Parts: sequence; structure tokens; C-alpha cells
Amino acid sequence: MYVHDEFDRTLLQERVNEFRDQVKRRLSGELTEDEFKSLRLMNGVYLQLHAYMLRVAIPYGTLSSEQMRMLAHVARKYDRGYGHFTTRQNIQFNWIKLSDLPDAMADLASVGVHGIQTSGNCIRNVTTDQWAGAAPGEIDDPRIWAEVLRQYSTMHPEFSFLPRKFKIAVTASDHDRAAIKIHDIGLRLHRNGAGEMGFEVLVGGGLGRTPFIAKTIKPFVTRRDVLTYIEAILRVYNQYGRRDNIYKARIKILVHELGIERFAREVEDEWQQIKDGQLALDEAVIDEIRSRFTYPAYEKLTDNPPELKQGLEEPAFKAWYRNSVRPHRVPGYGIVTLSLKPIGGPPGDATAEQMDAIADLADRYAFGEIRVGHEQNLCFPTVTKRDLPELWRALDGLGVATPNVNLVSDIIACPGLDYCSLANARAIPVAQEITRRFANHETANLIGKLHINISGCINACGHHHVGHIGILGVEKNDEEFYQVTIGGRADEGAVVGTLIGPAVPYDKVADVIEDIVETYLDLRLRPDELFIDTVKRLGVEPFKERAYATG
Amino acid sequence: MPLVKNTEVVSDRYIRILDDAPIPASGAVLVPAERFLADAAEFAARNAETGVIWPNNQDIDKLAPHLDKLALVALVFPKYQDGRAYSQARILRERHGYRGELRATGAVLRDQFVFMLRAGFDSFEVKKDADARAFGSVSKRYSVFYQPTGDGRLTAFRKRLQVSAAPGRELHSASR
Repeated sequence: MYVHDEFDRTLLQERVNEFRDQVKRRLSGELTEDEFKSLRLMNGVYLQLHAYMLRVAIPYGTLSSEQMRMLAHVARKYDRGYGHFTTRQNIQFNWIKLSDLPDAMADLASVGVHGIQTSGNCIRNVTTDQWAGAAPGEIDDPRIWAEVLRQYSTMHPEFSFLPRKFKIAVTASDHDRAAIKIHDIGLRLHRNGAGEMGFEVLVGGGLGRTPFIAKTIKPFVTRRDVLTYIEAILRVYNQYGRRDNIYKARIKILVHELGIERFAREVEDEWQQIKDGQLALDEAVIDEIRSRFTYPAYEKLTDNPPELKQGLEEPAFKAWYRNSVRPHRVPGYGIVTLSLKPIGGPPGDATAEQMDAIADLADRYAFGEIRVGHEQNLCFPTVTKRDLPELWRALDGLGVATPNVNLVSDIIACPGLDYCSLANARAIPVAQEITRRFANHETANLIGKLHINISGCINACGHHHVGHIGILGVEKNDEEFYQVTIGGRADEGAVVGTLIGPAVPYDKVADVIEDIVETYLDLRLRPDELFIDTVKRLGVEPFKERAYATG
Repeated sequence: MPLVKNTEVVSDRYIRILDDAPIPASGAVLVPAERFLADAAEFAARNAETGVIWPNNQDIDKLAPHLDKLALVALVFPKYQDGRAYSQARILRERHGYRGELRATGAVLRDQFVFMLRAGFDSFEVKKDADARAFGSVSKRYSVFYQPTGDGRLTAFRKRLQVSAAPGRELHSASR
């Protein structure tokens, strides 16, 4: 956990006071809606279809049990008793009243949580691997770097009015769980030939209407230089990024129009002038931040305790254990994913009661720590294996132990037309219907790893481009239609999926997905050839043929 | 539009000459970039202060050779959401060492004051009277700053190191 200090707390208090003043001026008419808009956006407040929505940041996906309880409190007191975890390690409350917002923010600030820069054309909540600090084989704990970046980017005086939003993600593993290649800046911690730890810097990734996979701009940047190098990228972008067309304003378009080599030269020129300035990071600063991350006092434990062996005799536990528990870097411990994807439920939603209960379980079994992943599930990063059977029973009772993590019913979906003012089509009911078609977990297990991503419009909040199967809602003559792509992925081998054919109407989407899955089952070489590998081997044709055969 | 300097509303000494009208022999003038660059030598020869309005889409480095002859640089925020002039301001102050007046013009609203001060602006053509009057209190809204800029304020990073180097000191006194 990161322990917030007096500085962090003071800043949040000052921010709440400022926002209270801004809301007061809006309610009195002193501020027009247009003037208020970017102020509220900087605090994560959107005006949605039915109400104001508050988006709260969960920096690098880490929550304490105390913070989780406060999210439950906000859901209960100011909202309708639930919240929605998003693809960017945020949580959204959909029904908050404008006049209540300052109080809700003050309550959140009391535990170090806020909505600062979860929206607007600024540097957004910095995200990372939800298994950070717990996964085996990490170069370093990427949260330390996400925290350095959080502080660096919070209320940045130069970069709070960029051409467009700006997202940074960090990974420290070979297996990229932070989807860094679809971010404006992706940072990959690694060691260079001399054994020194530093960053590969990628730039210009992003989805939306023009998807791009990020390109490497510099293969190795030292820890000392990482902030100055990022500042150089941002400064070039702030000055030269397009501001004439909102759809061409992301850095990916600038990188594409200039070409990565020329863009890199511009950044290099700028960086040479600032790299030895006061932003250069010295070890003392890094150590100070590192010192405020606390880790559990690990016991010396066996990986195969009797409690676990006994538990595994129960098939339901065994299915969950195999699906939702992954190895921890310390023997005797596991990383547990809590599925927020119940069959027939809206992906990523949790009720206030669930949040409270999860906080209690985190205290009891997981050192009080909870994580949020971009797949819209929660995670206990550290649980002793002997506690797993007991924990499973409790999670199952809460409805967050569906053994479908990474399977076909573990669908990522944006809020879509049920909530969002930008959407063209519904996303949640499409997800719900697909999960019903694949409600049998044994079948889902047989199908294996398969990520379905659904977006209700071209803005791609559901990351449909990088779903193994991607579903994009579009509107045609006032009706909802859906384009289906296959073969996308968001990890270290990130690639944008390929469209299989014309858009299909709302009531045919689940049929098409079933056709695609059946085609895969027929054509895969072996049971362990993953869906994406079969698509890569065969291309889209066989899938297209089957999906459109019955018209 | 009220002009704020040192947290006070003051009158503007500069006369804006936005057309081809002749430049008066005396008195402070503020002219657009093209005019200034075209007649730079003439302006330098004057016995009065010259200011330039520099648009946010022109490379600020072009102004570097002229900075010692300029008493005022006015940067422009065509919309408050257009933040290019923040970069220009920092480059002028931190790279080119410009010490003259740096004025924010255009869509200047109270919620930008802190950002502008941190970027190096020291005068402000504020859009609304109420915002201009509130300048003093609004500019003191924040006491914690995470990023180093040319304004010399200590960052939270540095303050923490000072605190940990001086264990007897109370934490909250350092954050004030």
C-alpha cells in the first residue's frame, strides 16, 4: 500500500475547497455550463444521459479496505447503492447530484481518494498491472513508478490543457497486464545490457476511431531521466498536437503525421535542453516514495498446505481455484481474482454491500489490500493458500467467485447507451446475453482463454479493437447495429482486430458470437490452441463464412 | 478587461497598436508579433518600453534574440482550454531567462491563475471583474506543488526530503 502523507492530504483538501467554490459559482450562474465543464471534468464529473456521473481514480489500481468502504459509503449515501469499475482502474458513480458532489468528494478525500484528472484534456489516472508487487518475475514494483508519475502529473501547470486526454501505463513484467501498447505513453521497466534498470518508452498508442498500437520512441531511459523524458514528450505534444479537430487531437495522430523518427527527434531536441534540470529524479526521491509502499510481513509457508489439499476435493472450489488463483512471488501465497462478471450481470458493477463485504474479507484474508484491473475485475493480491477454501466460500456467498476469469463470459464492456451520452448503442445488455449463452462454466473452460470486449460507440471505452472478439455498437437509421472484429489483443503482442463483415442487428449479436466460438472449436488444432492463435493461423475467412452463412 | 499585477488590479500603461498606425515616439506600446519582428531595430531604438503579443502557434524561440529589448511579452489563450501558452511561458522563463513582464491574455479565468503563476506569468488580463478581485485569495488556494517549475516553489518531493532530514521538525509546518 502507498501511505499518503500530509502533503497528499493537504492537496486533496485544497482541491475539494476549490471544487466547492466552483460548484457554488455554477449554481449561482456566475459560471456558464461551458466554463464549468472543463473544471468539473478535471474532477471527474461528467454530465451523462440521466444525471451527473463521478469518476473516481484508483491510482495504479490499489485500494485499501478503508478506501473500499468509503466507495461503498459514497455509493450508498449519494448514489443508488452501486458503482461501476471501469477499464482504466477507475470507479464510476452514475447518479450523483451536483449539489452533493463537493460533500462526496470531501468524504473520498478523507481517505486519500479523489476524481482529479479522471477526465478532461490532461494526464489521466496512471495505470499499471493489478498484480504489481505480487506477481513473480517483476523487475520492480511498477506502482512506485506509477506513484512518481501520479505526483508529477497531478495539477501539472503546463499540461492541464493539452490538445486531448493523455493516458500513461506502466508494466514491469514480461507479460503485459497493463495494456501499455494502447496508451499515449507506455512504460516498460526492464534491464539494459549493463544490468541497469530503466524504461522502454512507447508512444502514440490509443483506440477510439483511429486505433494505433504504440511505437517504441526510446528503448532505454534511465530512472533519473524518466520524468524529464516524459516532460519533453508532453511539451512537444502540447505545442504541436492538433487542436482544430477533436478526432485528430490525440498524440497518436501527431506521431502518425510526423512519423515516429521525426517525432522522436523533436522530443530528443527538447529533452537535451531539460534533462539535467530540476526535474531529473535523484535516488533519494525515488527511495522516499519507495519507502511509503508497505508490504505484508510474509510467513514462511508451503505451497501445498493441507487446507488447500482438502479444499480441492470439492469440485466447485477446484474449478474456482484453477480459474481465479494465480501464483504469487512468495511461496504459500496466491493472487486471487474476484470476478465482477456474474452470468447475466452488468460487467464491472459492485453494490455497496459487496464493497463493504469485500473490504472486510480483504482485512481478514488479504492484508487489507484490494486491486482493480482493467478487465473490470477486482483482485486480492496476497492471500495465503491455506485460507483459500474459506475465502472462496465467502466470495461465493457474495457472488464474486464466478470461475470465469479470462473466459468467454469475462466480458469487458463500457456503460453504453444505458448511461452514456456519447453512446450509439447498448453494451451492457449485449454482454449480459452473451454470458447467458455461455453460462456453463465447463463449456467456457473447454473454450479456454477468450476475451470479448464491447464498446457502445467509436470512442472505444470497452477496448473492442483489442478484444479477441471485439463488438462495436453503431447506429443505422435509428437502430442499433454491431460490428464484430476478431484477433485483437491488448497484451505485449498487442494488435488491432479485423472486421469480419457487415454489422449485425442487436438481436443477432449473441448468435454471431456463438457461431464464431463454434467455428473455433471445430478448427483449432489442439485443445490448447487459443482462440487468438487459431485466428492468427487461419485469418478471418472461416469465421466470416460461418457467421454470415445463415444470414 | 481588468489587469492584475502583484495581486492588485492596476491600469495598463501599454498602448496597444494593432494596425499599421505610426508608433508614438514615447510611451509604452504593445504590438503584434509580425509588426515587432518587421521593425525590431526601430523598436529597439525607441526610448520607451516595447511589448509584443506573441501568438500561441508561433515558435517562441524566435523571440529569444529580442528578449533584452522587450519589457513585456503577452501570450495568448484564445480559449481557456488551449494550453499552448503555458509551454511558451515556461520556455521563456526557464530556458531563455526572460525576466520582463509576462502577461496572460485572452480567456483568462480564475481557475487558471495558479497554473499561470507556476508557469511564470506575472500579469493577467482577466476576463471577469469578479475573478480579478478574487485574484489574491484564489492564487493562494494551493500550498502543495508536485512539479518543479521556474517559479522556485519547493515541491512536495523536496519538502519530504527536508522533513526526513530534520526528524525533530513537525510535518505540517513544512506543508504550509
